[in-house]
Formats: sequence, structure tokens, C-alpha cells
Amino acid sequence: MATMHTQNTARLMMSPAVLMLLVWMVVPLGMTLYFSFLRYNLLMPGMEHFTGFGNYEFFLSDPAFFEALANTLLLVGGVLLVTVVGGTFLAILINQPFWGQGIVRLLVIAPFFVMPTVSALVWKNMLMHPVNGLFAWIAHGFGLDPVDWLAVLPLFSITMIVAWGWLPFATLIILTALQSLDQEQQEAAEMDGAGIVSIFTYITLPHLSRALTVVVLIETIFLLSIFAEIYVTTSGGPGTASTNISFLIYAEALLKYDVGSAAAGGVVAIILANIVAIFLIRMIGKNLEA
Amino acid sequence: MGAITLQKVSKSFGDVTVIPGVDLEINDGEFVVFVGPSGCGKSTLLRLIAGLEDVTSGAIRINGTDATGMPPAKRGLAMVFQSYALYPHMSVYKNIAFPLKMAGQDQAAIKQKVESAASVLNLTDYLDRRPGQLSGGQRQRVAIGRAIVREPDAFLFDEPLSNLDASLRVNMRLEISELHQSLATTMIYVTHDQVEAMTMADKIVVLRAGNIEQVGSPLELYRNPANAFVAGFIGSPKMNLIEGPEAEKQSCTTLGVRPEHIAVSTDGGAWKGVVGVAEHLGSDTFLHVRVEGVGLMTVRAEGEFDLHHGQTIFLTPVPDKIYRFDKNGNAIR
Repeated sequence: MATMHTQNTARLMMSPAVLMLLVWMVVPLGMTLYFSFLRYNLLMPGMEHFTGFGNYEFFLSDPAFFEALANTLLLVGGVLLVTVVGGTFLAILINQPFWGQGIVRLLVIAPFFVMPTVSALVWKNMLMHPVNGLFAWIAHGFGLDPVDWLAVLPLFSITMIVAWGWLPFATLIILTALQSLDQEQQEAAEMDGAGIVSIFTYITLPHLSRALTVVVLIETIFLLSIFAEIYVTTSGGPGTASTNISFLIYAEALLKYDVGSAAAGGVVAIILANIVAIFLIRMIGKNLEA
Repeated sequence: MGAITLQKVSKSFGDVTVIPGVDLEINDGEFVVFVGPSGCGKSTLLRLIAGLEDVTSGAIRINGTDATGMPPAKRGLAMVFQSYALYPHMSVYKNIAFPLKMAGQDQAAIKQKVESAASVLNLTDYLDRRPGQLSGGQRQRVAIGRAIVREPDAFLFDEPLSNLDASLRVNMRLEISELHQSLATTMIYVTHDQVEAMTMADKIVVLRAGNIEQVGSPLELYRNPANAFVAGFIGSPKMNLIEGPEAEKQSCTTLGVRPEHIAVSTDGGAWKGVVGVAEHLGSDTFLHVRVEGVGLMTVRAEGEFDLHHGQTIFLTPVPDKIYRFDKNGNAIR
């Protein structure tokens, strides 16, 4: 494979894929950067002109931006907390031998296959609805006033909806990691006098560290850009109580028709995502080293 | 103190009975080896003693108290696993310290005990390493270190040498024997290798299909095997077990002659045979001889006995070293 000829052939064969990826990534990125320096509103076509950092100033000084930033981080953090803790717990639970294990595992994994818009609608109309919802019916059963979840606790409700969808992913990855835990190590720890809690802390958790890192990294990448669940349930409201950065950009571009400001928001979002990524890799990346 | 008594201990996994019922007495300070072919239930028996499996019926008494339902940690036993079962994310120091930490001892006492164990086992230079950075023999020593710091009443070894290469196995065999001399603690050792059993044991327990075939010192088993199975299992190379007319001449079903109890001659003797393979080890020569009317026999001859494939020789069993077994395989005395 090392001859000049095969190397050239390999380059030739790879080039369409590389070119395609390049075009697919570089062109939108370049256009976003270009638009972000233009005053460009779709309501005033043909009036676009260069404004320097004006769009950035406008976007970053918007009070909604800081709320959206906080909401984004809260949403990511909340979902991670629920899925990692809940996923570990569920994985340990369904790793025990019991009757009907196959069916239960299938059911646990099922939410991951429900698309975000559908699951958000189901939660909104069948579970959290203050009149028709299951939670309202339960509250009535206890003689309590039903909670209008999406109006009173919008961010919390969305966190729950998203966490429900991602819980199976965490469970599945942690379950496979659990299954590769050496039985004799647990028995040795048992003989050494470790109880259930000590075995979990000293044997199971260190063994799971790599899987947990993968879960956190992958989920963070996807959770930074949550959109469908917000769009379908609260549309970012009430006010901007459940608006995250990606929803804010959508609002700028397609509700206010301000392409320049939205593009500046997109660039800010890219920078933020990179800050989060660097932070995460610094914190937990060492777990991935063999 | 480390006296262990098994009373009618049995174990079944579902419908499969692995151990039908075993009675055994292990005295304090003894080195007991469970030996038998694979699948004979010797590891299961060890795990029952350790408490890693629940007994189906019967009782296990440790130092006179009933330990049948006790959790493993409360039994005062330490186990060395076949895979060593070291904790991969902990340093050697932390591995050895783990049982002490679980027992809630203070840091200073732990440090002192771990360091003394490490110096006994030549691990002092490796205390900061992870198990993954150690060789097989060193891992084995860490596993032993983790067992000795607990100062248990008895050590349980589950085929601890089977993952080591041949020369290291001989070394570790010696080290474990020396450890037993210096600690004078009860040790129960499971192996399928009869050489390990013969060289290390005070008492050998020969198991077959979950039943104890015979219990005794290595030489007792060698001299007076209770049945043809024990006779064939103990001793290397294996005893020749002869059936047919030659056995009937001695009024038994099976005639047993050890390879080392046969006189070899090129002039004349009881049986005439042709050499198939001659294995020259230097100190000994093992001859595989095809004898008419008897079958293939293994014979130990002197080391420098120069014989080759196809030569005709004569074999004569030493008269008072012949073992006779009846049709059930039991020894006729």
C-alpha cells in the first residue's frame, strides 16, 4: 500500500468525498460569516450593506441572549444529570437476571426511536396538558390543582421531555459497559469485605468511567442544539423563559427576518460550543486514554 | 486458627447436581490440595467454602462455628483467583490495601502492613504501578499480597498458576510452599495438575464428578490408591492399567503397574514388546512399548538406556509393587 502509485490512487478515490465534505461545511460557514458582517433584513431586500461588528453588538447586547445562554447551559446540564444518574441506575437494574429481560430491555430502549417532535407532542398533549393530561388527572385524583407544566415550569418540562428521549441512549451504553465488568473482580471485592455501595464506588464506577465520558460528550454535542422540543411545546416562551441559543437564532432569522443578526448568533453559538467542548475535554477527556 | 469442616455439603445448579454430598475435615495449618480432572467440581467446592456460592444442603463449619449462611467477608478467608481479579484502575499499593481499607483500619496501620507484605513478595519497587503494567508472575504476587494482609484464617487458591509459563510456575510453586511454611496458615489449593498436588500438599483430596475418591498424604495416595481412578491420576507418567488375560492371571479385573516399577531387559522377562517411542530426558528415559496380549505400556528406564524405535525388549513388573483392582475399580489389598 505504500507505493507512489497506490498512494495517488487512494488520493484520487478519496477526493470526491473530501471535496463534498469541504463544500458542505465551508460554504455555509463562509456564508454565515459573510452575512454576520452585513446589515441584511429580509423585510428590506436590496438594502444590505457592510456594518462591521454591528450585528454582534446587537446580538450580544440583547437581554434575551444572556437568558438563552443560561437556558442552554441549564438544559444541557439538567438532561446530562438525569440521563447519567438515571441511566446508570436503570442499567444496573436491567443488568440483573430476571424473567422477561428481553422485552424489558426492548421497552427501555424504545423512547430513543421516537422522533423529538412526536415525543414532545405526546408529552405536551397527553401527559402535561392541564386539562386532558395524565398528570392533571393524577393531581385531581389526589385532590390537588393540576399544574400547567409548560406555562409554569417551561424549562424544567422541556428538560424532562428531552431527558426521557436520551435516557435510553445512556442506559444502553452503560449497560454494555456493565456487561464487560469482570465477575471475579466483584467476587474478590466481596471477599475483601466490600459491601454493595463500596463495590459500586470502587469497582463498578471506575470501570464505567470511559462509558460515562462517551455519554457526556456525545449528549452535549446534540443537546447544545435542541430545537424541535422547544418549537413544538413552548415556542421559547413564556417570554424567553425556555429559549435557548439555537431557538434564539431561529427567532432572529425567521421571525424577525434579520439574517445578519441571526448569522452573528450562529457564529457566537459555534464559539460557545467550542468553549464547552474544550472545557469538557479538559475535565473528562483523560478517561478516554487507555 | 483455620480448621474447616464440611458436613454432607451438596450443590446443584438447577437440575444439575455438581456435588452430591461431601464430608471433609481440614485441620488448622494444613496445606490441602483439591485435585481432579476439569469439571469434577473442585472449584465449585472451593467457592462453597469461600461463600461465593450457596450450599444446596449440608453445613460448613469454620473454627467450630457454623458458617453455612455467612457472607464471604465474615468467614475470615482470603482467596486468590485464577485470573488474579486485581482492580485494574488501582495501583498495586491500593490493590493490596483494599481489604484493610474496607475493614476501616487507619492509614498508618495500612501503610505498615502493605509495605511489609510488599517486601515479603518483592513488590516494593512496583507499588505505584497499575496491574496492567506488571508481568504475570508479579500480578500473581499482588493477588497473594492482597490475601496475606488480611491475616486470614485460611487461604483459598483457585488454580493460581495455570496462567503462568512453565518455569515461572515452578518458581511460584516454591514461593507458595515457602509462604505456607512461614505463615503456618491453612491453605486450600485447587488444581488439575497432579504434579502441583504431589509437590505442595500435606493432604490431597482427589475428586471425581463431585465425589471424594480418596483423601491422604501424597505418598499414601501414591502407595495405596483406593481405586483405579486415583491410581491413574496420581503419579507421572500415569500408571499402566492392564485388562484382559494378564489381569485374570493375577485374579483381578484391572492390573496396575507404575512405569517406574518395571524392570527392563534386552535378554528376557515376563512380557515381550517392541519399543514405539523412546523419550530421552537425560535423567530418565520413558519408553512406550507395545506388548503382545497386554497393549501399550509406559516404562521408565535409566536415563542413559540407549534404545530406539522398533527394538525388542523384555519387561518384568516388580512383584510387590503390583496393584490389583476389582471390577468396580476398587483396590484389592
